[in-house]
Amino acid sequence: MDTYYHPKDLAHFADMGKGNPELWEKFMAYYGAVFAEGALTAREKALIALAVAHAVQCPYCIDAYTQACLEKGSNVEEMTESVHVACAIRGGASLAHGVQMRNVATKISM
Amino acid sequence: MPPPLKSLRARSSMLSSAAEQVRLLETTRGVPRFEERLAVAQLHPLRATGIVVFQINVGKLCNQTCRHCHVDAGPDRTEVMSRETAERCMAALAPTDIPTVDITGGAPELSPVFRYLVEESKRLGRRVMDRCNLSVLLLPSQADLGGFLARHHVEVVASLPSVVPAQTDAQRGGGVFEKSIEALRLLNALGYGTPGSGLVLTLVTNPVGAFLPPAQEPQERQFRQRLARDHGIVFNDLHTITNMPISRFLEFLLESGNYEGYMQRLANAFNPAAAAGVMCRYTLSVGWDGRLYDCDFNQMLELTIGHGAPSHVRDFDPEALHARRIITGNHCYGCTAGAGSSCGGATT
Repeated sequence: MDTYYHPKDLAHFADMGKGNPELWEKFMAYYGAVFAEGALTAREKALIALAVAHAVQCPYCIDAYTQACLEKGSNVEEMTESVHVACAIRGGASLAHGVQMRNVATKISM
Repeated sequence: MPPPLKSLRARSSMLSSAAEQVRLLETTRGVPRFEERLAVAQLHPLRATGIVVFQINVGKLCNQTCRHCHVDAGPDRTEVMSRETAERCMAALAPTDIPTVDITGGAPELSPVFRYLVEESKRLGRRVMDRCNLSVLLLPSQADLGGFLARHHVEVVASLPSVVPAQTDAQRGGGVFEKSIEALRLLNALGYGTPGSGLVLTLVTNPVGAFLPPAQEPQERQFRQRLARDHGIVFNDLHTITNMPISRFLEFLLESGNYEGYMQRLANAFNPAAAAGVMCRYTLSVGWDGRLYDCDFNQMLELTIGHGAPSHVRDFDPEALHARRIITGNHCYGCTAGAGSSCGGATT
């Protein structure tokens, strides 16, 4: 099936290093350090990444971090809650901007 | 709730043929031959380093029909070890200093020779492990099983894939989580898993799907916290085990379109350190009919010990088996991926 996002393309991610190896190496070193065990566990970081993947709606990230979450011991119950966190923040961000709407409306209304 | 599964054998599935499974595994697209990876890791040919675990598979009879079962066990399987073969096992074990007897199945407790093997192994002063599916403890015919295990200080190695009921039931059958919790409470009441009792309760978790198991230590913390909080259950250790791409798990992989992806995932995660520590190097596996194997997985693929070493317990010869060459194949990626996997959990 022809599709703009093909799951197999994720395996070609490293091809991005061909255009500028130095920046690629720096990004990957940073990426690896971010996801290492730290004050947050690798499991917790994968759950955050899954939520962000849904917020930015990256299909590759959703594929990769669904697998990563399961392999780090999270279950679908926890992963669903993390997606709801993304959903709540996205929805909440829209609603919170309602304050701007109200400010403008108040300013220009009698 | 879906009806209980039948075994591959009862369904006359193509995958009930061990030869067909091996053929599929050895011709997987995008997966290099396991032996090539062993050679790069300077481990080819793989050899045993001794026998520390004498693992006896007493047969395929089980009261459950789990979707991931590598044995294709179930209530419709009739293969069980005879008393004669059990006695041969004990005769083989007696003159050796092999410290551990690991009894598995099927549900090993349903075998007529299970209690004989436990009693005789303990009489010989060996550590005995029972690979228990938990629900067997609730069968009316097994009302005294918990007491028997405790009396003989048998280590119980119990399967519980997930602390989420729906996930455990998805792998092991409807209602199994609830039964498992009831059985764990029964074992705790006998002293299993409680400090100072000397009664060891180890839990085993397999992924509920086509992915690798999590790191063992954080997963153990999570299980400990959830089982104590939600059910008041305690245990000693948790082992994480990778699902082996054979038998009914192979069927799941093929039917769900995950086969090639899973095999590539295992092969990409090949870990030379895990390969160096695989359990077949220190285990001898005895089948219900007395045939000898390097491990329980080779047993299910009917890959008997070869290269001139004895292949039946009646010919047991520790000297000839200690440094035997191990039969390997692409299924072995299951034990060498990531942190490694064995009957004792992660290996690195």
